[in-house]
Amino acid sequence: MQGNRVIGEAAIRAGCRFYAGYPITPQNELTEYMADNMRRAKGGIFIQAESEIAAINMVLGASAAGARAMTSSSSPGISLKQEGISSLAADELPAVIVNIMRGGPGLGNILPSQGDYFQATRGGGHGDYRTIVLAPASVQELADLTMDAFELADRYRNPVIILADGMMGQMMEPVEFHAPPPRRYPECYVLKGMGQGKSKFIRALILDAIRMEEHNWKLYRKYQVIAQKEVRCETFWTDDAEILIVAYGTAARIAKGAIKRSRELGLPVGLIRPITLWPFPTQVLQGFAARVDDFLVFEMNTGQMLEDVQLALGNTARIQFYGRPGGVIPTPAELAKVIAYQLRKK
Amino acid sequence: MKNIFSRPKSLKKAAFHYCAGCGHSITHRLIAEAIDELGIQDRAIGIPPAGCAVIAYNYFDVDMLEAPHGRGCAVATGMKRVLPDRIIFSYQGDGDLAAIGTAETMHAANRGENITVIFINNAVYGMTGGQMAPTTLLGQVSTTTPPGRSALLDGHPIHLSEILGQLPGTRYIERCAVNSPANITRAKRAIKKAFKCQMDGAGFSLVEILSQCPTNWKMTPVNACRWVTETMAKEFPLGVIKDLKAQAPTS
Repeated sequence: MQGNRVIGEAAIRAGCRFYAGYPITPQNELTEYMADNMRRAKGGIFIQAESEIAAINMVLGASAAGARAMTSSSSPGISLKQEGISSLAADELPAVIVNIMRGGPGLGNILPSQGDYFQATRGGGHGDYRTIVLAPASVQELADLTMDAFELADRYRNPVIILADGMMGQMMEPVEFHAPPPRRYPECYVLKGMGQGKSKFIRALILDAIRMEEHNWKLYRKYQVIAQKEVRCETFWTDDAEILIVAYGTAARIAKGAIKRSRELGLPVGLIRPITLWPFPTQVLQGFAARVDDFLVFEMNTGQMLEDVQLALGNTARIQFYGRPGGVIPTPAELAKVIAYQLRKK
Repeated sequence: MKNIFSRPKSLKKAAFHYCAGCGHSITHRLIAEAIDELGIQDRAIGIPPAGCAVIAYNYFDVDMLEAPHGRGCAVATGMKRVLPDRIIFSYQGDGDLAAIGTAETMHAANRGENITVIFINNAVYGMTGGQMAPTTLLGQVSTTTPPGRSALLDGHPIHLSEILGQLPGTRYIERCAVNSPANITRAKRAIKKAFKCQMDGAGFSLVEILSQCPTNWKMTPVNACRWVTETMAKEFPLGVIKDLKAQAPTS
Protein backbone atom coordinates (compact mmCIF):
# COMPACT_ATOMS: atom_id res chain seq x y z
CA MET A 1 0.00 0.00 0.00
CA GLN A 2 1.25 3.50 -0.79
CA GLY A 3 2.58 5.61 2.09
CA ASN A 4 0.19 8.52 1.63
CA ARG A 5 -2.82 6.20 1.60
CA VAL A 6 -1.52 4.31 4.61
CA ILE A 7 -1.54 7.51 6.64
CA GLY A 8 -5.18 8.06 5.67
CA GLU A 9 -6.24 4.51 6.53
CA ALA A 10 -4.34 4.57 9.85
CA ALA A 11 -5.94 7.91 10.75
CA ILE A 12 -9.46 6.62 10.08
CA ARG A 13 -8.76 3.46 12.08
CA ALA A 14 -7.43 5.63 14.90
CA GLY A 15 -10.77 7.40 15.05
CA CYS A 16 -9.98 10.50 13.01
CA ARG A 17 -13.39 11.85 12.07
CA PHE A 18 -12.48 15.22 10.59
CA TYR A 19 -10.08 15.90 7.76
CA ALA A 20 -9.63 19.14 5.83
CA GLY A 21 -6.94 19.55 3.19
CA TYR A 22 -5.83 21.37 0.09
CA PRO A 23 -4.18 19.78 -2.96
CA ILE A 24 -0.39 19.87 -3.06
CA THR A 25 2.14 17.40 -4.43
CA PRO A 26 3.54 14.99 -3.21
CA GLN A 27 0.76 14.28 -0.71
CA ASN A 28 -2.36 14.36 -2.92
CA GLU A 29 -3.10 10.64 -2.54
CA LEU A 30 -3.69 11.22 1.16
CA THR A 31 -6.29 13.93 0.54
CA GLU A 32 -7.93 11.77 -2.13
CA TYR A 33 -7.92 8.75 0.16
CA MET A 34 -9.71 10.77 2.82
CA ALA A 35 -12.25 12.01 0.26
CA ASP A 36 -12.93 8.39 -0.70
CA ASN A 37 -12.92 6.81 2.71
CA MET A 38 -13.79 9.36 5.38
CA ARG A 39 -17.49 9.05 4.65
CA ARG A 40 -17.14 5.28 5.13
CA ALA A 41 -16.44 5.96 8.80
CA LYS A 42 -19.50 6.80 10.90
CA GLY A 43 -19.65 10.56 11.34
CA GLY A 44 -16.55 11.06 9.19
CA ILE A 45 -16.20 14.53 7.67
CA PHE A 46 -14.05 15.44 4.68
CA ILE A 47 -13.70 19.01 3.41
CA GLN A 48 -11.55 20.17 0.53
CA ALA A 49 -10.66 23.57 1.90
CA GLU A 50 -10.08 26.73 -0.14
CA SER A 51 -6.60 27.10 1.34
CA GLU A 52 -4.13 25.59 3.78
CA ILE A 53 -5.03 28.37 6.19
CA ALA A 54 -8.72 27.52 6.03
CA ALA A 55 -7.96 23.79 6.41
CA ILE A 56 -5.98 24.18 9.64
CA ASN A 57 -8.58 26.56 11.07
CA MET A 58 -11.35 24.10 10.25
CA VAL A 59 -9.29 21.54 12.16
CA LEU A 60 -9.12 24.00 15.05
CA GLY A 61 -12.92 24.30 15.10
CA ALA A 62 -13.42 20.54 14.79
CA SER A 63 -10.87 19.81 17.53
CA ALA A 64 -12.51 22.29 19.91
CA ALA A 65 -15.79 20.50 19.19
CA GLY A 66 -14.19 17.24 20.33
CA ALA A 67 -13.39 15.44 17.07
CA ARG A 68 -10.11 13.71 16.31
CA ALA A 69 -8.97 16.00 13.51
CA MET A 70 -6.20 15.97 10.94
CA THR A 71 -4.86 18.00 8.04
CA SER A 72 -2.00 17.26 5.69
CA SER A 73 0.16 19.14 3.24
CA SER A 74 3.65 19.53 1.89
CA SER A 75 6.29 22.11 2.76
CA PRO A 76 4.90 25.39 1.25
CA GLY A 77 1.44 24.51 2.54
CA ILE A 78 2.78 23.78 6.01
CA SER A 79 4.23 27.30 6.09
CA LEU A 80 0.69 28.61 5.56
CA LYS A 81 -0.66 26.44 8.35
CA GLN A 82 1.68 27.84 10.98
CA GLU A 83 -0.80 30.47 12.17
CA GLY A 84 -3.27 27.72 13.01
CA ILE A 85 -0.64 25.40 14.53
CA SER A 86 0.48 28.21 16.84
CA SER A 87 -3.17 28.79 17.82
CA LEU A 88 -3.76 25.07 18.46
CA ALA A 89 -0.68 25.00 20.72
CA ALA A 90 -1.82 28.14 22.55
CA ASP A 91 -5.38 26.80 22.92
CA GLU A 92 -4.02 23.39 24.00
CA LEU A 93 -6.09 21.59 21.40
CA PRO A 94 -5.13 18.20 19.95
CA ALA A 95 -4.58 17.86 16.19
CA VAL A 96 -2.44 15.86 13.80
CA ILE A 97 -0.63 17.65 10.97
CA VAL A 98 1.12 15.63 8.26
CA ASN A 99 4.00 17.21 6.32
CA ILE A 100 5.12 15.23 3.28
CA MET A 101 8.20 17.39 2.70
CA ARG A 102 9.43 18.52 -0.71
CA GLY A 103 12.36 20.58 -1.93
CA GLY A 104 12.45 24.25 -0.94
CA PRO A 105 12.72 27.09 -0.05
CA GLY A 106 9.81 28.80 -1.75
CA LEU A 107 7.87 26.63 -4.15
CA GLY A 108 11.05 24.59 -4.60
CA ASN A 109 10.18 21.33 -6.30
CA ILE A 110 8.10 18.23 -5.64
CA LEU A 111 10.95 15.86 -4.82
CA PRO A 112 11.72 14.37 -1.38
CA SER A 113 13.63 16.65 0.98
CA GLN A 114 14.15 17.21 4.70
CA GLY A 115 14.36 20.98 4.61
CA ASP A 116 11.58 21.57 7.15
CA TYR A 117 13.36 20.14 10.21
CA PHE A 118 13.93 23.54 11.80
CA GLN A 119 10.35 24.61 11.14
CA ALA A 120 8.88 21.43 12.61
CA THR A 121 11.10 21.12 15.69
CA ARG A 122 11.21 24.79 16.69
CA GLY A 123 7.47 25.30 16.87
CA GLY A 124 7.23 26.62 13.34
CA GLY A 125 4.86 29.49 13.91
CA HIS A 126 5.12 32.50 16.19
CA GLY A 127 5.34 32.32 19.95
CA ASP A 128 6.93 30.12 22.59
CA TYR A 129 5.60 26.65 21.86
CA ARG A 130 6.58 23.17 20.74
CA THR A 131 4.97 20.42 18.70
CA ILE A 132 5.70 16.72 19.02
CA VAL A 133 7.42 15.67 15.77
CA LEU A 134 7.34 12.04 14.60
CA ALA A 135 9.63 10.92 11.76
CA PRO A 136 8.60 7.61 10.17
CA ALA A 137 11.12 5.68 8.06
CA SER A 138 8.93 2.94 6.56
CA VAL A 139 5.36 2.50 5.39
CA GLN A 140 4.68 0.30 8.43
CA GLU A 141 5.92 3.08 10.63
CA LEU A 142 3.70 5.59 8.81
CA ALA A 143 0.74 3.47 9.94
CA ASP A 144 1.96 2.98 13.51
CA LEU A 145 3.10 6.55 14.10
CA THR A 146 -0.09 8.01 12.60
CA MET A 147 -2.10 6.07 15.18
CA ASP A 148 0.31 7.08 17.93
CA ALA A 149 0.10 10.72 16.81
CA PHE A 150 -3.61 10.91 17.66
CA GLU A 151 -2.98 9.31 21.03
CA LEU A 152 -0.12 11.72 21.82
CA ALA A 153 -2.13 14.73 20.63
CA ASP A 154 -4.97 13.77 22.99
CA ARG A 155 -2.72 12.92 25.91
CA TYR A 156 -0.91 16.23 25.84
CA ARG A 157 -3.62 18.30 24.14
CA ASN A 158 -1.03 19.53 21.68
CA PRO A 159 -0.55 19.48 17.90
CA VAL A 160 1.57 16.55 16.66
CA ILE A 161 3.48 16.75 13.38
CA ILE A 162 4.18 13.70 11.25
CA LEU A 163 7.29 14.73 9.35
CA ALA A 164 7.84 12.53 6.33
CA ASP A 165 8.93 13.33 2.78
CA GLY A 166 7.85 12.68 -0.79
CA MET A 167 9.76 9.39 -0.81
CA MET A 168 7.82 8.10 2.21
CA GLY A 169 4.52 9.35 0.82
CA GLN A 170 4.97 7.76 -2.61
CA MET A 171 6.67 4.54 -1.53
CA MET A 172 4.75 1.25 -1.54
CA GLU A 173 5.39 -1.47 1.04
CA PRO A 174 3.38 -4.17 2.79
CA VAL A 175 1.68 -2.89 5.91
CA GLU A 176 -0.26 -4.31 8.82
CA PHE A 177 -2.70 -2.11 10.72
CA HIS A 178 -2.72 -2.77 14.44
CA ALA A 179 -5.82 -2.09 16.50
CA PRO A 180 -5.43 1.35 18.07
CA PRO A 181 -6.19 1.76 21.78
CA PRO A 182 -9.65 3.17 22.54
CA ARG A 183 -9.74 6.94 22.79
CA ARG A 184 -9.44 8.15 26.36
CA TYR A 185 -9.27 11.85 26.98
CA PRO A 186 -10.76 14.29 29.45
CA GLU A 187 -13.59 16.02 27.64
CA CYS A 188 -13.48 18.97 30.02
CA TYR A 189 -12.17 21.41 27.41
CA VAL A 190 -14.52 20.48 24.57
CA LEU A 191 -17.06 23.11 23.51
CA LYS A 192 -20.46 21.66 22.74
CA GLY A 193 -22.69 24.48 23.91
CA MET A 194 -23.13 25.10 27.62
CA GLY A 195 -26.23 22.91 28.00
CA GLN A 196 -27.43 23.15 31.59
CA GLY A 197 -23.94 23.91 32.92
CA LYS A 198 -21.66 26.92 32.84
CA SER A 199 -20.38 28.51 29.66
CA LYS A 200 -16.75 27.93 28.65
CA PHE A 201 -14.39 29.57 26.25
CA ILE A 202 -11.12 28.73 24.52
CA ARG A 203 -8.80 31.57 23.62
CA ALA A 204 -5.20 32.36 22.87
CA LEU A 205 -5.37 36.07 23.67
CA ILE A 206 -4.19 36.88 27.20
CA LEU A 207 -3.68 40.62 27.51
CA ASP A 208 -2.31 40.59 31.06
CA ALA A 209 1.46 39.98 30.90
CA ILE A 210 1.66 38.05 34.17
CA ARG A 211 -1.16 35.72 33.17
CA MET A 212 0.35 35.31 29.70
CA GLU A 213 3.64 34.44 31.35
CA GLU A 214 1.89 31.88 33.56
CA HIS A 215 0.35 30.33 30.45
CA ASN A 216 3.77 30.16 28.80
CA TRP A 217 5.30 28.45 31.84
CA LYS A 218 2.36 26.06 32.00
CA LEU A 219 3.00 25.08 28.38
CA TYR A 220 6.73 24.85 29.12
CA ARG A 221 6.13 22.43 32.00
CA LYS A 222 4.02 20.28 29.69
CA TYR A 223 6.81 20.28 27.11
CA GLN A 224 9.27 19.23 29.83
CA VAL A 225 7.10 16.21 30.63
CA ILE A 226 6.92 15.33 26.92
CA ALA A 227 10.70 15.68 26.65
CA GLN A 228 11.15 13.26 29.56
CA LYS A 229 8.60 10.66 28.55
CA GLU A 230 8.19 10.59 24.81
CA VAL A 231 11.67 10.32 23.29
CA ARG A 232 11.85 7.54 20.70
CA CYS A 233 14.92 6.36 18.92
CA GLU A 234 16.14 3.31 17.01
CA THR A 235 19.73 2.09 17.04
CA PHE A 236 21.18 -0.14 14.35
CA TRP A 237 24.50 -2.02 14.37
CA THR A 238 25.89 0.22 17.09
CA ASP A 239 27.56 -2.40 19.36
CA ASP A 240 31.09 -2.27 17.98
CA ALA A 241 30.70 0.87 15.88
CA GLU A 242 33.56 3.36 15.77
CA ILE A 243 31.54 5.85 13.79
CA LEU A 244 27.83 6.48 14.24
CA ILE A 245 25.59 7.95 11.59
CA VAL A 246 22.69 10.09 12.87
CA ALA A 247 19.83 10.20 10.36
CA TYR A 248 16.02 10.12 10.32
CA GLY A 249 13.25 9.24 7.86
CA THR A 250 14.29 8.53 4.29
CA ALA A 251 17.89 9.48 5.05
CA ALA A 252 17.96 6.78 7.76
CA ARG A 253 16.82 4.15 5.25
CA ILE A 254 19.58 5.17 2.88
CA ALA A 255 22.00 5.08 5.80
CA LYS A 256 21.00 1.50 6.63
CA GLY A 257 21.81 0.50 3.07
CA ALA A 258 25.15 2.25 3.28
CA ILE A 259 25.92 0.61 6.64
CA LYS A 260 25.22 -2.87 5.26
CA ARG A 261 27.63 -2.22 2.38
CA SER A 262 30.25 -0.83 4.74
CA ARG A 263 29.89 -3.75 7.15
CA GLU A 264 30.50 -6.17 4.26
CA LEU A 265 33.82 -4.39 3.85
CA GLY A 266 34.42 -4.75 7.58
CA LEU A 267 33.93 -1.07 8.42
CA PRO A 268 32.64 -0.53 11.99
CA VAL A 269 29.70 1.83 11.42
CA GLY A 270 26.25 2.05 13.03
CA LEU A 271 23.14 4.22 13.05
CA ILE A 272 21.20 6.28 15.54
CA ARG A 273 17.76 7.04 14.12
CA PRO A 274 15.67 9.58 16.02
CA ILE A 275 11.98 8.68 15.66
CA THR A 276 10.90 11.71 17.65
CA LEU A 277 12.69 14.78 16.28
CA TRP A 278 11.13 16.80 19.08
CA PRO A 279 11.73 15.75 21.76
CA PHE A 280 15.20 14.96 20.40
CA PRO A 281 17.04 11.89 21.78
CA THR A 282 19.77 14.01 23.32
CA GLN A 283 20.58 11.58 26.14
CA VAL A 284 20.82 8.61 23.77
CA LEU A 285 23.46 10.46 21.79
CA GLN A 286 25.29 11.50 24.94
CA GLY A 287 25.33 7.87 26.10
CA PHE A 288 27.06 6.78 22.89
CA ALA A 289 29.51 9.68 23.05
CA ALA A 290 31.02 8.07 26.17
CA ARG A 291 32.62 5.42 23.93
CA VAL A 292 32.31 6.62 20.32
CA ASP A 293 34.36 9.57 19.11
CA ASP A 294 32.98 10.05 15.61
CA PHE A 295 29.49 10.98 14.51
CA LEU A 296 28.33 11.58 10.96
CA VAL A 297 25.07 13.49 10.63
CA PHE A 298 23.34 12.65 7.36
CA GLU A 299 20.34 14.64 6.14
CA MET A 300 18.58 15.59 2.91
CA ASN A 301 19.24 19.27 3.62
CA THR A 302 22.25 21.47 4.32
CA GLY A 303 22.47 20.64 8.02
CA GLN A 304 19.52 21.21 10.33
CA MET A 305 19.32 18.24 12.73
CA LEU A 306 23.10 18.73 12.79
CA GLU A 307 22.55 21.59 15.23
CA ASP A 308 20.65 19.34 17.66
CA VAL A 309 23.48 16.81 17.49
CA GLN A 310 25.99 19.59 18.15
CA LEU A 311 23.88 20.80 21.09
CA ALA A 312 23.76 17.27 22.49
CA LEU A 313 27.44 16.41 22.09
CA GLY A 314 29.21 19.76 22.28
CA ASN A 315 32.97 19.11 22.15
CA THR A 316 32.74 15.57 23.46
CA ALA A 317 32.92 14.07 19.95
CA ARG A 318 33.94 14.87 16.38
CA ILE A 319 30.82 15.68 14.35
CA GLN A 320 30.87 15.54 10.55
CA PHE A 321 28.02 16.29 8.20
CA TYR A 322 26.97 14.97 4.82
CA GLY A 323 23.81 16.29 3.16
CA ARG A 324 22.05 16.59 -0.19
CA PRO A 325 19.39 19.33 -0.29
CA GLY A 326 16.96 20.36 -3.01
CA GLY A 327 15.20 17.06 -3.67
CA VAL A 328 18.28 15.00 -4.59
CA ILE A 329 18.00 11.45 -3.26
CA PRO A 330 21.48 10.27 -2.29
CA THR A 331 22.31 6.59 -2.83
CA PRO A 332 23.58 4.11 -0.23
CA ALA A 333 26.73 3.68 -2.36
CA GLU A 334 27.37 7.42 -2.21
CA LEU A 335 27.03 7.49 1.56
CA ALA A 336 29.15 4.34 1.91
CA LYS A 337 32.00 6.24 0.17
CA VAL A 338 31.61 9.07 2.69
CA ILE A 339 31.75 6.55 5.55
CA ALA A 340 34.89 4.93 4.16
CA TYR A 341 36.54 8.33 3.76
CA GLN A 342 35.69 9.36 7.32
CA LEU A 343 37.04 6.09 8.73
CA ARG A 344 40.27 6.42 6.70
CA LYS A 345 40.76 9.91 8.16
CA LYS A 346 40.63 8.56 11.72
CA MET B 1 -44.00 46.09 39.95
CA LYS B 2 -43.48 44.42 36.57
CA ASN B 3 -39.89 44.17 35.33
CA ILE B 4 -39.91 45.25 31.69
CA PHE B 5 -36.21 45.71 31.00
CA SER B 6 -33.24 43.73 32.30
CA ARG B 7 -29.92 42.21 31.29
CA PRO B 8 -30.42 39.36 28.80
CA LYS B 9 -29.65 35.94 30.27
CA SER B 10 -27.04 35.34 27.57
CA LEU B 11 -24.96 38.33 28.67
CA LYS B 12 -22.60 37.88 31.62
CA LYS B 13 -22.66 40.39 34.46
CA ALA B 14 -19.66 42.30 33.13
CA ALA B 15 -19.25 45.92 32.08
CA PHE B 16 -18.36 46.36 28.40
CA HIS B 17 -14.91 47.77 27.71
CA TYR B 18 -16.14 49.47 24.54
CA CYS B 19 -15.81 53.23 24.06
CA ALA B 20 -18.75 55.53 24.66
CA GLY B 21 -21.12 55.45 21.67
CA CYS B 22 -19.60 52.30 20.15
CA GLY B 23 -21.91 50.03 18.18
CA HIS B 24 -20.39 46.80 19.54
CA SER B 25 -22.15 46.97 22.90
CA ILE B 26 -25.53 47.53 21.29
CA THR B 27 -24.97 44.64 18.87
CA HIS B 28 -23.80 42.35 21.70
CA ARG B 29 -27.02 43.04 23.52
CA LEU B 30 -29.13 42.39 20.42
CA ILE B 31 -27.42 39.04 19.83
CA ALA B 32 -27.95 38.06 23.48
CA GLU B 33 -31.62 39.05 23.33
CA ALA B 34 -32.08 37.05 20.14
CA ILE B 35 -30.41 34.00 21.73
CA ASP B 36 -32.65 34.32 24.80
CA GLU B 37 -35.83 34.73 22.80
CA LEU B 38 -35.05 31.76 20.57
CA GLY B 39 -34.16 29.66 23.63
CA ILE B 40 -30.77 28.57 22.24
CA GLN B 41 -28.38 29.70 24.98
CA ASP B 42 -27.67 26.05 25.84
CA ARG B 43 -26.56 25.16 22.33
CA ALA B 44 -25.18 28.40 20.85
CA ILE B 45 -21.41 28.63 20.30
CA GLY B 46 -19.88 31.98 19.39
CA ILE B 47 -16.65 32.66 17.52
CA PRO B 48 -15.15 36.06 18.39
CA PRO B 49 -12.65 37.73 16.04
CA ALA B 50 -9.38 39.58 16.39
CA GLY B 51 -10.39 43.21 16.83
CA CYS B 52 -12.21 45.27 19.45
CA ALA B 53 -14.59 42.36 20.11
CA VAL B 54 -11.72 39.91 20.72
CA ILE B 55 -12.76 39.41 24.34
CA ALA B 56 -16.46 38.98 23.54
CA TYR B 57 -16.24 35.73 25.56
CA ASN B 58 -16.11 37.94 28.65
CA TYR B 59 -19.59 39.20 27.76
CA PHE B 60 -21.58 36.42 26.10
CA ASP B 61 -22.75 33.71 28.44
CA VAL B 62 -22.48 30.96 25.83
CA ASP B 63 -19.57 28.69 24.84
CA MET B 64 -17.03 30.59 22.73
CA LEU B 65 -13.96 29.71 20.67
CA GLU B 66 -11.57 32.47 19.62
CA ALA B 67 -10.56 32.34 15.95
CA PRO B 68 -7.28 33.63 14.54
CA HIS B 69 -7.69 36.91 12.65
CA GLY B 70 -10.07 36.48 9.74
CA ARG B 71 -10.60 32.73 10.15
CA GLY B 72 -13.99 32.85 11.86
CA CYS B 73 -15.86 31.20 9.01
CA ALA B 74 -13.31 28.37 8.69
CA VAL B 75 -13.37 27.72 12.45
CA ALA B 76 -17.18 27.87 12.39
CA THR B 77 -17.20 25.40 9.49
CA GLY B 78 -15.15 22.88 11.47
CA MET B 79 -17.37 23.25 14.54
CA LYS B 80 -20.68 23.13 12.71
CA ARG B 81 -19.77 20.04 10.71
CA VAL B 82 -18.88 18.20 13.92
CA LEU B 83 -21.86 19.59 15.86
CA PRO B 84 -24.61 20.08 13.26
CA ASP B 85 -27.35 20.61 15.85
CA ARG B 86 -25.58 23.47 17.64
CA ILE B 87 -26.08 27.10 16.63
CA ILE B 88 -22.71 28.47 15.53
CA PHE B 89 -22.20 32.18 14.95
CA SER B 90 -19.08 34.15 14.17
CA TYR B 91 -18.76 37.81 15.07
CA GLN B 92 -16.36 39.60 12.75
CA GLY B 93 -15.29 43.11 11.86
CA ASP B 94 -14.72 44.57 8.42
CA GLY B 95 -10.95 43.97 8.45
CA ASP B 96 -11.45 40.45 9.80
CA LEU B 97 -14.22 39.46 7.40
CA ALA B 98 -13.65 41.57 4.28
CA ALA B 99 -9.84 41.85 4.14
CA ILE B 100 -7.72 39.17 5.79
CA GLY B 101 -10.58 36.66 5.99
CA THR B 102 -12.13 37.23 2.56
CA ALA B 103 -11.25 33.77 1.28
CA GLU B 104 -12.56 31.93 4.35
CA THR B 105 -15.77 33.98 4.28
CA MET B 106 -16.43 33.62 0.54
CA HIS B 107 -15.86 29.89 0.52
CA ALA B 108 -17.84 29.12 3.67
CA ALA B 109 -20.68 31.12 2.10
CA ASN B 110 -20.21 29.36 -1.23
CA ARG B 111 -20.35 25.95 0.43
CA GLY B 112 -23.59 27.10 2.01
CA GLU B 113 -22.30 26.30 5.49
CA ASN B 114 -25.24 26.41 7.88
CA ILE B 115 -23.73 29.12 10.09
CA THR B 116 -24.54 32.72 10.99
CA VAL B 117 -22.14 35.63 10.60
CA ILE B 118 -22.55 38.94 12.38
CA PHE B 119 -20.47 41.40 10.35
CA ILE B 120 -19.60 44.65 12.11
CA ASN B 121 -18.78 47.30 9.51
CA ASN B 122 -17.40 50.48 11.08
CA ALA B 123 -15.28 51.51 8.09
CA VAL B 124 -12.09 51.48 10.12
CA TYR B 125 -9.67 49.18 12.00
CA GLY B 126 -10.81 50.03 15.50
CA MET B 127 -8.58 48.17 17.92
CA THR B 128 -5.32 48.95 16.13
CA GLY B 129 -6.10 52.65 16.17
CA GLY B 130 -8.02 53.75 13.11
CA GLN B 131 -6.25 52.49 10.00
CA MET B 132 -7.98 52.16 6.63
CA ALA B 133 -10.41 49.22 6.45
CA PRO B 134 -11.58 47.52 3.26
CA THR B 135 -14.88 49.37 3.84
CA THR B 136 -13.39 52.82 4.50
CA LEU B 137 -15.25 55.35 2.34
CA LEU B 138 -13.58 57.27 -0.49
CA GLY B 139 -12.19 60.47 0.93
CA GLN B 140 -12.46 59.17 4.52
CA VAL B 141 -9.45 60.09 6.63
CA SER B 142 -7.77 57.26 8.53
CA THR B 143 -4.30 56.92 10.06
CA THR B 144 -3.10 55.16 6.90
CA THR B 145 -5.02 57.39 4.49
CA PRO B 146 -4.15 60.80 6.00
CA PRO B 147 -5.33 62.75 2.92
CA GLY B 148 -8.47 60.60 2.69
CA ARG B 149 -8.96 57.26 0.91
CA SER B 150 -8.08 57.56 -2.75
CA ALA B 151 -9.69 55.21 -5.28
CA LEU B 152 -6.53 55.35 -7.35
CA LEU B 153 -4.09 54.49 -4.56
CA ASP B 154 -6.20 52.64 -2.01
CA GLY B 155 -9.03 51.10 -4.00
CA HIS B 156 -12.74 51.32 -3.38
CA PRO B 157 -14.81 50.39 -0.33
CA ILE B 158 -15.70 46.72 -0.76
CA HIS B 159 -19.32 45.60 -0.63
CA LEU B 160 -18.80 42.09 0.63
CA SER B 161 -22.43 41.48 1.56
CA GLU B 162 -23.55 42.18 -2.02
CA ILE B 163 -20.78 39.95 -3.37
CA LEU B 164 -21.80 37.13 -1.03
CA GLY B 165 -25.39 37.63 -2.09
CA GLN B 166 -24.45 36.52 -5.59
CA LEU B 167 -23.27 33.12 -4.38
CA PRO B 168 -25.85 30.34 -4.69
CA GLY B 169 -24.78 29.01 -1.28
CA THR B 170 -26.04 32.00 0.70
CA ARG B 171 -29.57 32.10 2.07
CA TYR B 172 -30.16 35.31 3.95
CA ILE B 173 -28.12 38.53 4.00
CA GLU B 174 -29.29 41.87 5.37
CA ARG B 175 -27.52 45.15 6.12
CA CYS B 176 -28.67 47.00 9.22
CA ALA B 177 -27.43 49.78 11.51
CA VAL B 178 -27.48 50.43 15.24
CA ASN B 179 -27.50 54.24 15.18
CA SER B 180 -31.18 54.90 16.00
CA PRO B 181 -33.98 53.15 17.91
CA ALA B 182 -35.73 52.24 14.65
CA ASN B 183 -32.57 50.80 13.13
CA ILE B 184 -31.75 48.90 16.32
CA THR B 185 -35.17 47.27 16.24
CA ARG B 186 -34.65 46.27 12.61
CA ALA B 187 -31.17 44.94 13.38
CA LYS B 188 -32.51 42.74 16.15
CA ARG B 189 -35.20 41.38 13.88
CA ALA B 190 -32.52 40.56 11.28
CA ILE B 191 -30.22 38.85 13.80
CA LYS B 192 -33.10 36.75 15.04
CA LYS B 193 -34.06 35.87 11.50
CA ALA B 194 -30.50 34.85 10.70
CA PHE B 195 -30.36 32.51 13.71
CA LYS B 196 -33.78 31.15 12.76
CA CYS B 197 -32.45 30.49 9.27
CA GLN B 198 -29.68 28.36 10.78
CA MET B 199 -32.07 26.60 13.17
CA ASP B 200 -34.19 25.61 10.15
CA GLY B 201 -31.06 24.21 8.48
CA ALA B 202 -31.58 26.66 5.60
CA GLY B 203 -27.92 27.63 5.06
CA PHE B 204 -25.53 30.55 5.29
CA SER B 205 -26.90 33.72 6.88
CA LEU B 206 -25.15 37.04 7.47
CA VAL B 207 -26.21 40.30 9.07
CA GLU B 208 -24.01 43.31 8.34
CA ILE B 209 -24.22 46.03 10.96
CA LEU B 210 -23.12 49.57 10.15
CA SER B 211 -21.59 50.35 13.52
CA GLN B 212 -20.49 53.75 14.74
CA CYS B 213 -16.90 54.17 15.97
CA PRO B 214 -16.84 57.69 17.48
CA THR B 215 -13.29 57.27 18.83
CA ASN B 216 -11.61 56.51 15.52
CA TRP B 217 -13.95 58.65 13.47
CA LYS B 218 -13.01 61.45 15.86
CA MET B 219 -16.65 62.44 16.37
CA THR B 220 -19.00 62.74 19.29
CA PRO B 221 -21.31 59.72 19.66
CA VAL B 222 -24.25 61.82 18.44
CA ASN B 223 -22.38 62.99 15.34
CA ALA B 224 -21.17 59.44 14.69
CA CYS B 225 -24.77 58.18 14.71
CA ARG B 226 -25.71 60.97 12.31
CA TRP B 227 -22.74 60.12 10.02
CA VAL B 228 -23.94 56.52 9.68
CA THR B 229 -27.23 57.66 8.15
CA GLU B 230 -26.04 60.73 6.27
CA THR B 231 -22.79 59.38 4.79
CA MET B 232 -22.07 55.72 5.42
CA ALA B 233 -25.50 54.37 4.50
CA LYS B 234 -25.23 56.23 1.15
CA GLU B 235 -22.31 53.96 0.27
CA PHE B 236 -23.73 50.90 2.07
CA PRO B 237 -27.53 51.06 1.69
CA LEU B 238 -29.55 49.44 4.45
CA GLY B 239 -31.97 46.65 3.69
CA VAL B 240 -32.32 43.01 2.71
CA ILE B 241 -29.65 42.00 0.22
CA LYS B 242 -30.81 38.43 -0.20
CA ASP B 243 -33.61 36.41 1.30
CA LEU B 244 -34.28 33.17 -0.50
CA LYS B 245 -37.13 32.33 1.82
CA ALA B 246 -38.92 35.49 0.82
CA GLN B 247 -38.70 34.40 -2.81
CA ALA B 248 -40.78 31.67 -4.32
CA PRO B 249 -39.18 28.30 -3.65
CA THR B 250 -37.10 27.26 -6.64
CA SER B 251 -36.59 23.57 -6.05
